[in-house]
Amino acid sequence: MKPLLDWSDVFSFQDYAELLALLSNSLIAGAVLGLVGGLVGVFVMQRDLAFAVHGVSELSFAGAAAALLFGGSVVAGSIAGALIAAILIGLLGAKARDRNSIVGVLMPFGLGLGILFLSLYEGRSANRFGLLTGQIVSVSNPDLGWLIGMSVVVLVGLLLMWHPLRFDSLDPESAAARGVPVRAVSLAFMVLLGLIVAVSVHIIGALLVMALLVTPAAAAMRLSAGPVAVPLLAALFGFVSAIGGILLALAGTLPVSPYITTISFLIYAVAWLVHRSRARVSRA
Amino acid sequence: MSGVGDPAPVLSIAGAALRRGDQDLWSGLDLEVRAGEFIAVLGPSGSGKTTLLRSILGLQPLSAGSIRVDGQPVQRGNPRIGYVPQQRMLAPDTSMRARDLVALGVRGTRFGLPIPRRGDRARVDVLLDGVGATHYADRPVGRLSGGEQQRLRVGQALADDPMLLLCDEPLSNLDLANQRGVTDIIDHRRREHGTAVLFVTHDINPILDRVDRILYIAGGRFLLGTPDEVLQTEVLTALYGTPVFVFRAGGRLVVVGVPDAETHHEEHQEPASGGTA
Repeated sequence: MKPLLDWSDVFSFQDYAELLALLSNSLIAGAVLGLVGGLVGVFVMQRDLAFAVHGVSELSFAGAAAALLFGGSVVAGSIAGALIAAILIGLLGAKARDRNSIVGVLMPFGLGLGILFLSLYEGRSANRFGLLTGQIVSVSNPDLGWLIGMSVVVLVGLLLMWHPLRFDSLDPESAAARGVPVRAVSLAFMVLLGLIVAVSVHIIGALLVMALLVTPAAAAMRLSAGPVAVPLLAALFGFVSAIGGILLALAGTLPVSPYITTISFLIYAVAWLVHRSRARVSRA
Repeated sequence: MSGVGDPAPVLSIAGAALRRGDQDLWSGLDLEVRAGEFIAVLGPSGSGKTTLLRSILGLQPLSAGSIRVDGQPVQRGNPRIGYVPQQRMLAPDTSMRARDLVALGVRGTRFGLPIPRRGDRARVDVLLDGVGATHYADRPVGRLSGGEQQRLRVGQALADDPMLLLCDEPLSNLDLANQRGVTDIIDHRRREHGTAVLFVTHDINPILDRVDRILYIAGGRFLLGTPDEVLQTEVLTALYGTPVFVFRAGGRLVVVGVPDAETHHEEHQEPASGGTA
């Protein structure tokens, strides 16, 4: 009798080197997204935007699905959807309460729209669920170039407004009093967030974006309070999750995303345990 | 207090008025604050105390009149003004140490690559020392007490050596010992460096023995004078147009009978009026 799960299907390192060479651009895209996503995540946590990230990713999915159906560029569609959602949330949701209700309204609308477009789409069915659950290995090389370029833009934008963004994230009232253009900074951050979410949708899928934009930063915050250590750790955790996930997936037949989400989750679990044992020591 | 021939006032407000919707929040405000003066701003919730501070910061335009700081019209991000917000506890996992909170005052408005500049660290050390925070400088802010966090906010506000310090309910949520400690730092600052202080508060008692003058806002009108002049049953009754009583007991002072303001509430929560003034 043939077993239900044959491990040689899941892991097989035959022809690994050739595969690696073939997918080197996917690896680069994953690495850059992991690093930048971890960094962005630090601000997502500080600004209480985890739910907003989810909302933006569903609209990004709707944009990509629309592009698939109408024959446009899927990457451009995902960017358009993400930017529209991010800017709407940024403009209308300055206060956490307002923001949560806007996200709550946008998210099912975006997801529903995306599912509608996908069910009308008659092309290759692998493309359909790739947008929801990740399809990095099937992204074309020119599109990978776009994803890498966008991640770099987000990184540079983030670094250029690092201090004012930190000030605004911690204490918007004092930041405004000191002359930080808080509305412009918030909106600029939402645009960067929209871009990096659109990149993530292609790499791990709209439903799993948080594994790279929230979990690594949350793990880093369990381990340190240093203003440099936390972003560096978050970037490292994002990098390890993305690269580790892609490398493991190459060896078998399973998709990339479950590997990335599992690694990212395990890092968080270890960080949580370390934090807990430290807290116990300091109390003793 | 202030005589003829003094240097130019740090803050001068002339004929200022502010409308919110179709209603005057207040109008006809004239105020001159001189170097080293400590002025308390009192009044019921919603009377526009916070809005006055926002106007001085250039965040809210006046509907009439003018405000000058050091002889200059108001502008956003004026380095001559320091701002101390209300104490709110920071999240326990905030990724900042005490010194980073103070450092926001030094470099928090700088755009460009976050490369450390020479002199920043020394400046932050001086500010930490000035508010007595050196011994917890490297501890995570989320694990500090409310009083410790508030001292850091004062340190942050002093980063540019301001000539005017605006404080918006800086003592709320603090216990008596910490109220005393934070007040001492601000009082010391204005005596040693001549920094003028405008101090919005709902409770005058922690600062009663420090203030030079009180600006009392109620019902769109103003009263300006020393604590002894303003905090009188007859004076506040006339201002409110309804019986208000001032009691003194054991060096503390209680105002009873203050009606709620009819206008919109301030953005932050204040305790119901009718308790301490």
